[in-house]
Amino acid sequence: MNEPLFSLKNRWFTMSIGAVVLIMLLAAAFAFLWLPRAHARDAAASIWESICSAAGVPARYQNAALPDEKAVYPSSVIISSEMAGPVDTASVGRGATLALQCSMCHGARGTASAGTDAPHLAGQPPSSTYKQLRDFKSGHRPSSVMQPLATNLSDQDMHDLAAFYSLETRETLVQHAALRPQTPRLVSNGSPMRNVGACASCHSPGVARAATPILDGLPEAYLREQLNAFKSGRRANDINQQMRNAAHQLSNDEIDILAKYYAIR
Amino acid sequence: MFSNDTKRLVLFHFWIAFIAFFVALILGEWQMVVRSPLYDWIGSPELYYRSVTAHGSAMGYVFPTLVAMGFGYAIVELSLKQSLIGKRWAWAGFILVVLGTVVAMVPVAMGRASVLYTFYPPLIGHAAYYIGVVLVVVGSWIWVALMSVNMRAWKKAHPGEAVPLPMFANVAGAYLWAWTSVGAAVEILFLILPVALGFKSTIDAGLSRVFFSWTLHAIVYFWLMPAYIAFYTLVPRAIGGRLYSDVMGRISFVLFLVFSMPIGIHHLFQDPQVGAGVKFLHAVFTAMVSVPTLLTIFTITASVEIAGRLRGGTGALGWVKKLPWHNPMMLAVAFSFILLGFGGAGGLINMSYQLDFAVHNTQWITGHFHLIFAGAIVIMYFAVAYDLWPHLTGRTLAQGSMMKAQLWLWFVGMIILTFPWHVVGVMGMPRRMAYFDYTNPEIAPQAITVIISAIGGLLLVISGLLFVLVLLRGHRSRVIELSEFHFSQPVHVAGRLPVALNSFGLWLALMIGLSIVNYGYPISQLVGLKQTSVPAVPVGGAP
Repeated sequence: MNEPLFSLKNRWFTMSIGAVVLIMLLAAAFAFLWLPRAHARDAAASIWESICSAAGVPARYQNAALPDEKAVYPSSVIISSEMAGPVDTASVGRGATLALQCSMCHGARGTASAGTDAPHLAGQPPSSTYKQLRDFKSGHRPSSVMQPLATNLSDQDMHDLAAFYSLETRETLVQHAALRPQTPRLVSNGSPMRNVGACASCHSPGVARAATPILDGLPEAYLREQLNAFKSGRRANDINQQMRNAAHQLSNDEIDILAKYYAIR
Repeated sequence: MFSNDTKRLVLFHFWIAFIAFFVALILGEWQMVVRSPLYDWIGSPELYYRSVTAHGSAMGYVFPTLVAMGFGYAIVELSLKQSLIGKRWAWAGFILVVLGTVVAMVPVAMGRASVLYTFYPPLIGHAAYYIGVVLVVVGSWIWVALMSVNMRAWKKAHPGEAVPLPMFANVAGAYLWAWTSVGAAVEILFLILPVALGFKSTIDAGLSRVFFSWTLHAIVYFWLMPAYIAFYTLVPRAIGGRLYSDVMGRISFVLFLVFSMPIGIHHLFQDPQVGAGVKFLHAVFTAMVSVPTLLTIFTITASVEIAGRLRGGTGALGWVKKLPWHNPMMLAVAFSFILLGFGGAGGLINMSYQLDFAVHNTQWITGHFHLIFAGAIVIMYFAVAYDLWPHLTGRTLAQGSMMKAQLWLWFVGMIILTFPWHVVGVMGMPRRMAYFDYTNPEIAPQAITVIISAIGGLLLVISGLLFVLVLLRGHRSRVIELSEFHFSQPVHVAGRLPVALNSFGLWLALMIGLSIVNYGYPISQLVGLKQTSVPAVPVGGAP
């Protein structure tokens, strides 16, 4: 009767707490790990995302206009290697005309003037520009500026614009070789222990992957904003979450280094 | 040891409880009739919701709280055999409850607070309604404190001895109520009242509902406690048996304490503001409540079997025939178990996330909680009153056949009332509806079930009337000399108990810990979210 209650020697204490904690852990494992992943929709999500969705963390913004079945996917564009093929010259002419309405931000020939944070389009692979335009229009990539502008573009218009910009050349300052920045390890090697691939394995002019932009010379603020948006999940039009998975692991300092590195290239 | 002033205190609690119960009962039947095809439409849905609010508030907050309080005070003197400490406080608590009831019911009667007893923000009624409910709760908190104080005093005077089971269970019920009422109290004080008093015009309805769910399920176990105390400590004695296991009783009560709290979100299965994983967690712990429930069913059935065998019953089921079926307590416990069985089976369906989709917010749910509360629990309140009445009045309570008729009517009436509700719920009839157009071919087949329910309700009104009559006649019957009141004796008297089963520290720690684990994230997340408030919807004119 005089035995202490809250003591590891008291079997009632250890057994009751142990049993409740065990039930709790089993139930929580079912609730937050197994059940959400058993849903086909969440099967590709990371464990952390499963836990968040089961706990009721508000999901990222979803365009209300997006039909349900499309909202499930990060993009409505199907990427294929054919997209990387040569462009049609008739397309380029039409694109040049359409591009007149883009020049305010993206520059007369696809190089945004200094001081704007809009990305350069000159020299970007056509599949990359095309996919972003499609995602703006469908709402997969939310943007209060680009969405209204893309709404009235037809599929052909988007192909034309992308073709035009791909043949333009980005205007750059002549750089002395000595001023070239040292390549960060993240760019050349990634961080394998954290499951972050090397940036350069996709974002290099020589790689020529479909729907993958060239980052060289993009405005620093734009790069930082996009990495942060991928990191927080605000931007989620990357297929198979490849950018979100990589950016999720990056620290703010690393994002800063990467943005600076690509901006001055 | 049952002093006259404590008897008066208990009688006052019981009478106010039963008056509130009877008025609410009549309102309930009125709702059934006007909603059925038997009656032409009343013309105003507001009148209907006014009645539903009064029915729910009286049945949910006033009636069971006063029964638990009165029964609790009686238990202190009858089981601890010591004078009730804090009688003045007890009267203060009683007056607060009565005052709160009046303050809340005036705006309801005037149609200024037809928000139903579950409040349903963003609906906002007159502030007096909420203030009245808070007064009722504060009054009951005084009772909680007194139960704790009285048990401590007894333990101090009897070091090392086991707290008698009735008092142990009683205090478990008190602590359960103290913790579960916090949810609704927070909701009213911090979310609803600022709006009702005009300081704000928007309310976070999702957060309010989560706080209310904190209270809404465990409150049922608080209602259940007096019934369970009667199962364990009155029934075996009243039918001439022995309690099968005193320790099993204690374990059941502490398990109720631990598991009734962290489960309320199963009421929000269809609410979008709570994550699916959290809902699953609450479903698991809801299932855990079946453990103390089944322990109780087993222990009490075993105790009843002891009575049957002591009366000469033999064989696997022969003892059932030998049971004292003329005894009101025997009838009450049998009816209570049957109703609990049906209600519990429905409850298992409600707590299953997927099955709940089919029945959520239908008449099925109304059927479920009437079976559990109005059926299994209230029928034991009747039995408790019948058992205690001679000791409260000092007079005989001899209307045996009237009591039996009353219990039979209540049992049959409750089945006739609730079974059609279950059926019509599965057919898709929503609950909280003031009016149905039965000429609509789609709902025409449901009309007959509503008529049957209304007939069941009528039987309940007759039964309620008989109940009040039996008690009234108990005040005028002949004076008798009663032997000392005693509770059931267990088969094995618990001599020495492990400290865990003679105190509440461990179980309160588990109760609070589990509540924090199961509610911590949903509440803190909803508190932190911005722009989640919606405009309040005043009911019955400007709030």
